[in-house]
Amino acid sequence: MEVIQVQEWLSRTNEDLQEQKDYLTSLDRAIGDGDHGINMARGFKEVTKSLEGKDFTEVSDVLKAAATTVMSKVGGASGPLYGTALLKMSMACKGKQVDYKTLIEMVEAGLEGIKQRGKAETGEKTMVDVWTPVLSGMKEVDHFDGERIKHVAEEAKDNTESMQATKGRAAYLKERSKGHLDPGAVSSYFLFKNLALVMEEA
Amino acid sequence: MSSTAIVVVSHSEKVAEGIKELLQQVVGDVPVEAAGGSEIGGIGTSFERIQNALEKVRGTCDGTLVFYDLGSARMNAEMAIEMLDSESIQLVTYPILEGAYLAAVESSIDKPMDEIINSLKKEFDS
Ligand SMILES: Nc1ncnc2c1ncn2[C@@H]1O[C@H](COP(=O)(O)OP(=O)(O)O)[C@@H](O)[C@H]1O
Ligand SMILES: [Mg+2]
Repeated sequence: MEVIQVQEWLSRTNEDLQEQKDYLTSLDRAIGDGDHGINMARGFKEVTKSLEGKDFTEVSDVLKAAATTVMSKVGGASGPLYGTALLKMSMACKGKQVDYKTLIEMVEAGLEGIKQRGKAETGEKTMVDVWTPVLSGMKEVDHFDGERIKHVAEEAKDNTESMQATKGRAAYLKERSKGHLDPGAVSSYFLFKNLALVMEEA
Repeated sequence: MSSTAIVVVSHSEKVAEGIKELLQQVVGDVPVEAAGGSEIGGIGTSFERIQNALEKVRGTCDGTLVFYDLGSARMNAEMAIEMLDSESIQLVTYPILEGAYLAAVESSIDKPMDEIINSLKKEFDS
């Protein structure tokens, strides 16, 4: 993975988030406060803007810059969660060429960051329920398989529908949080879908 | 100089400002800062607003106690504290109004931060 691909990854994710803003917001309206689409669209627009036309020497630097913007511009719970994830990913590849093994370490570090920040585990109907299976799926093979990652992420976000939330705002709804997709799981699916796309093209 | 400052982090700017106002009326000389609402003033919390509040009270006190309301307020506050990398800032999980009130009163009579935290424990951990 090269600098340009990280930029491409974040900018494509931004395109999806702009397009799916209302969809994400409607998901969050069902079991949260209805701002997830707005938060993500606003924050990632800023991320794309801040990365445009900039020269970065290594992948870690792009991720760090993105993390800082996400932390201050996304808001909600997803701001600190995605901000921490990107920052940990950046730290995991500092000074390194990003090969497949390093990419796995980055996703692992990102997931650890989210779990630590949110005090969440799997099965709590959050973005953790997408990151965890994606990481496992990556570890099972020895090269980047975009189709596989996209598929795993998609299935994982669909699986959050039947779960009962025990973290985040949706947890206040108890039983009634079942039957809806988790908005953060869906935005994480967009992230991994676009990571898959960009890496496949490389 | 008061030994402990208070920072109130709420999803609502009005809640944070309201608590600040209430505390200041009782203990005028304790540094209290409000960090409420999102980046654009809506409902939410803002990492930058929290950082600004922490920086404002820094230097006016030996320590800072940070109170928060809902989950993402905690996450943003934690992040802001980590960035400042200061051991004299403590995030505590107690009722945002009653907890901050108790802490402000004790700070005004010059109790050190660890004693205030003990009082909070005694009062709210049952
Ligand atoms: N404690 C947590 N741990 C992990 N993920 C969480 C946690 N709280 C919320 N989330 C994720 O964040 C998403 C909600 O983000 P957002 O709507 O932007 O923030 P907020 O809930 O503060 O309004 C949820 O769908 C969930 O995936
Ligand atoms: Mg929300």
